Amino acid sequence: MSTTILEERKDQIHRTGEGAIDIACNRESLAGAVSQRACVFCGSRVVLYPIADALHLVHGPIGCAVYTWDIRGSLSSGPEIHRLSFSTDLQETDVIFGGEKKLEAALDELIDRHDPEAAFVYSTCIVGLIGDDLEAVCRKMSEKKGIPVLPVMSEGFKGSKRAGYEAACNAMFRLIGTGSTEDISPVSVNIFGDFNLAGEIWIIREYFEKMGVQVVANVTGDGRVNDIARCHGAGLNLVQCSGATLHLAQLMEDKFGIPFERVSYLGIEDMADSLYKVADFFKDKDPGIVERTQKLVKEELEKLIPELARYRRDLEGKKVAMYVGGSFKAFSLVKAFRHLGMQVVLVGSQTGTKEDYAELAQITDPGTVIIDDANPLELSHFIKELDVDVFVGGVKERPIAFKLGVGFCDHNHERKEALEGFKGMLNFAREIHSSAMSPVWQFAPRRASRIAAAKKEAVNE
Amino acid sequence: MSNKTKTTARPNYVSTTNACKLCTPLGASLAFRGVEGAIPFLHGSQGCATYMRRYIISHFREPVDIASSALGEKNAIYGGGPNLKKGILNVMKKYEPALVGVATTCLTETIGDDVPMNIKEFRAEFGEDLDLPELVQVSTPSYNGTHTDGWHGAVRSLVEQLCTTKADAAHRVNILPNMISCEDVRHLKDICRDFGIDATILPDISETLDGPSLEDYVKIPSGGTPIEGIKTMSGSKGTIEFGRCLPKETGGSSLEAAFGVKNHRIGLPMGLRESDRLFEALEDISGTPMPRRYELERGRLVDAYVDGHKYIFGKRAVVYGEEDLVVGLCAFLAEIGVDVVLAGTGARNKGLDEAIAAVTNGVARIAPEVREGVDFHDIAAEAETLAPDILIGHSKGYRYAKAWGVPLVRVGFPIHDRFGGQRTRHIGYGGTLNLFDRVVNAFIEKKQADSSIGYGYI
Repeated sequence: MSTTILEERKDQIHRTGEGAIDIACNRESLAGAVSQRACVFCGSRVVLYPIADALHLVHGPIGCAVYTWDIRGSLSSGPEIHRLSFSTDLQETDVIFGGEKKLEAALDELIDRHDPEAAFVYSTCIVGLIGDDLEAVCRKMSEKKGIPVLPVMSEGFKGSKRAGYEAACNAMFRLIGTGSTEDISPVSVNIFGDFNLAGEIWIIREYFEKMGVQVVANVTGDGRVNDIARCHGAGLNLVQCSGATLHLAQLMEDKFGIPFERVSYLGIEDMADSLYKVADFFKDKDPGIVERTQKLVKEELEKLIPELARYRRDLEGKKVAMYVGGSFKAFSLVKAFRHLGMQVVLVGSQTGTKEDYAELAQITDPGTVIIDDANPLELSHFIKELDVDVFVGGVKERPIAFKLGVGFCDHNHERKEALEGFKGMLNFAREIHSSAMSPVWQFAPRRASRIAAAKKEAVNE
Repeated sequence: MSNKTKTTARPNYVSTTNACKLCTPLGASLAFRGVEGAIPFLHGSQGCATYMRRYIISHFREPVDIASSALGEKNAIYGGGPNLKKGILNVMKKYEPALVGVATTCLTETIGDDVPMNIKEFRAEFGEDLDLPELVQVSTPSYNGTHTDGWHGAVRSLVEQLCTTKADAAHRVNILPNMISCEDVRHLKDICRDFGIDATILPDISETLDGPSLEDYVKIPSGGTPIEGIKTMSGSKGTIEFGRCLPKETGGSSLEAAFGVKNHRIGLPMGLRESDRLFEALEDISGTPMPRRYELERGRLVDAYVDGHKYIFGKRAVVYGEEDLVVGLCAFLAEIGVDVVLAGTGARNKGLDEAIAAVTNGVARIAPEVREGVDFHDIAAEAETLAPDILIGHSKGYRYAKAWGVPLVRVGFPIHDRFGGQRTRHIGYGGTLNLFDRVVNAFIEKKQADSSIGYGYI
């Protein structure tokens, strides 16, 4: 009775060109389906994690903290408190008698030890159940220690990763508006939804510097509490990533009237478009900005395009599948792969929305499989069916590709290679090239027999 | 010479920084992965399964499918039973498992889900119409114990829930090997084969977590302890279980109590003397003297000890990780003249100090500080007084080794920053020899790196 795609999941899969897209999404993961998704806590943790001068205390049993210890390749140009894993390590007695006292004592101890600018306290499943009053403990400790101590209401079972993004944004929003906005240029932005993996935010900040745009706060890659506290002084919010910080941008628009633009720093068009969007937004305040931006993009492309062409020669016609957390990244990747002459045949995401999937259906070729909240058996099924050469995903997807003898590129938060910006596009091309062109695939049984069959066919002809 | 360790109380910290342990259901999931046709199933919210998969995959570099009952808010209030049943049905449809290993999480333990009852109901509801897999359950609240408790708990559950009748006597040994590597399990199999005795090794992760490249993506990797093998453990000649810090009741003690299968509880066979115990137990159970191959291996190990002793004598080591791995490492390091200055585990109430005293008796030059419930903050707090020359443990100690400018020899789980953790050999004369080479070479490498002269002859 084995079945690859469970009946209840069939409406979460669509093929571009086969009728109007009406994909089911934003659903709870199906029990027993082995979803690739994590939980609410995970959503909050990954968003807030890169704020490097804050203490991130996970209130719960040890697992939640250890599995997220130094989980991202988020770099800091200064403090690195974020790379440590703090937990209240709740024990049975705490579960019975409540964990508030332990939380208070832990905050007391850790704030004294690390002298952070703020503390985020993450709620986990168990805390939601035993009913610890995080709000009260945080308020008390905030007064005692003189720094913001912010509860993050991220009980794991309260939805999906997306709900965690919202909890993270709500926690950060309490900081915003508390800092001084002096010295902020009218031509200024906040970078939202970038996590400075492998120093990517530094590449992007350099572009803005060259354009004459001040960056007030990185939210949250290489983030600082005091920058976030005064980021309501910026002229524009730039929101990358599908959902991680969109909620925060909306809150800021409502309260402070700061507009936002959705951007992406991945690939050539999206990177350039994002810079042009910013130039266009500020052109009345700074008439020279458009020209400076054009010059910057031109210079970068002159360096990049010839180099890309070398990789394209090898990669032309190869097929790609991708499974990403947020689907916004997928839009950029589909375009980036076109520059390498490659065809995307499968796009999946953990947390895409109806609008995201509709857009994916727009930009992908007929026959492309679009899938929401997939799992290992579905992914492996489509990798085989679509005869994929390279798979793009995160650590959990890697062994699925490798077992099938397929190249793999880690485009998730554990990556240690910068893939954003024009410079990142070159790194990306190089990585895809080394993933697809290695001779090892000749020895992987599934591909080996295929290559042998192709050779045999050639002889028969 | 001292054989008494000194246990220092953990400093009075409330919080944990960079823990030296993992949570209970992770250990259970790993153990269930070592049974043929089995799929681990976590009864809790989706995140637990996903996080643990990610963590395990990073070490083994293998697909690790762990199902979840994916509980949401409503289930947390009204109980997770229905989702558990639905989840098992879905896993049956997709994976056709021979066994589903259900482990609880902090969520389902706290809301008080009665998993044994849910499983009983499940059998009653679907048992007539469907060909049900074996269903084994273990209680693994993550606020109680560490991943090693989850591991031992799952092993005991497998034995007690599957091996329920006295099987026919057979020339066979049961081995409950504790948390060793895939390569270690393969080594154990070789040893038993050379002794001419069949072995039921539970769990057997040698293939399921270190499989070959294949034609197709297999839903459940081949290998693992056969279920029939577990059911007939009651007919074996004896059980050998590794671990001096085990709970009182284990799979081995159960088999002894219920079916009179003699339980030989020995430490992890690391170092010469602890490995001798394994071979003695095998001689005893199989009635076969130690094969020449292992006599030679033992001899080579002693020879290497002698050849390498000057590189390492009197060096100071900090050792951390799972309680029994730490004991094994102490046994080994004491034999080669390396002084363990601190031996730490994240677990509590394991009798680590007595176990270390027992295995280092007569050879250790100093008694280490022994710490249970340790985290890396504790270890680091004493770096100056400890003045270690080497760290031996899993990858998570790297930032400290780097800060102190000393080598880290990676053993156990997880190895996240090196390649081939699943193929690391730790046990038996061969595994010890392998570890010995690595320890000696770590010091030689350090000496070379620190020297301004390009010595190519050290």
